[in-house]
Amino acid sequence: MSNNTKKAVVYVRLKDGVLDPQGVTIHKALTQMGYNDFLSVRSGRFFELGIAADAGDIDRQIDEVCSKLLTNPVIETFTVEKD
Amino acid sequence: MKFGVVTFPGSNCDYDAYAAVKFILGEEVEFLWHKSSDLLGCDAIILPGGFSYGDYLRSGAIAKFSPIMEKVIDFGHNGGMVIGICNGFQILTECGLLPGALIRNEHLRFSCKYVNLRVENADTSFTRCCEKGERLQIPIAHGDGNYYHFDGEINRLEDNGQVVFRYVNAAGDVTDDANPNGSIANIAGIMNERGNVLGMMPHPERAVEEILGSVDGLKVFESIRATVGAKTQAGAN
Repeated sequence: MSNNTKKAVVYVRLKDGVLDPQGVTIHKALTQMGYNDFLSVRSGRFFELGIAADAGDIDRQIDEVCSKLLTNPVIETFTVEKD
Repeated sequence: MKFGVVTFPGSNCDYDAYAAVKFILGEEVEFLWHKSSDLLGCDAIILPGGFSYGDYLRSGAIAKFSPIMEKVIDFGHNGGMVIGICNGFQILTECGLLPGALIRNEHLRFSCKYVNLRVENADTSFTRCCEKGERLQIPIAHGDGNYYHFDGEINRLEDNGQVVFRYVNAAGDVTDDANPNGSIANIAGIMNERGNVLGMMPHPERAVEEILGSVDGLKVFESIRATVGAKTQAGAN
């Protein structure tokens, strides 16, 4: 990534109440490994977006792509961290 | 009548659907390329199973932005008949033609087997050749078939008769053992409120000849034909 770009990181999480079979399975594995202090695991994903330095209205654009593509609003929520 | 089968990169049940319509049902059928913007005058659109765009991001998430889908979405909003099978069902929920979402199977495994479906609503454009409560044997083959929606929305679907198929056991009962993926209320197929768009995880196109193990899937295609035929007749009168 060149110096004249900015970065935003989008974290996507399953909404509370939506079953997370991967998280449940990872949690079972942790328990089997003897790590009994971890009471639950929720999995998610993140996207690093490289952004043109002269981009305008970038908050709105990020919000749009999160709602339209990066998440399914029925089951997921997102948070954004920007440089 | 004329069916259209959409081919996305990664579709792998498009030829099965095409063959079921052309050689078993005996109707006209066209392939519709994902980059095309022309539905070629088709009366009913089939979004077939497979792994469109490699299932990248989420199953069906990328396919909804292909040029052909813009036309399919307009077609569905205008009352055109659209059936999404497996990955096609996932695309229909992603693009908003159908409510809810399909998430990872509860047991995380890819399930490929014959299942028993119960026809919950036979008064639909897609099941009019079935009886209410009839049991159909149709195979499933998916990893992300776990139907999810909020409790309140599930109630709405149930009240509206939008739950069309449910997974049942051989006796026709809804049980946890008969649920192959963890779907809420054993839901295997739903339609939109207007009743012109259906999504189902099982593959009716794979159950259209005795040699395949079942002919029960043919009833779905026969129902679509009967619906289009009735509409054409009504239009002519």
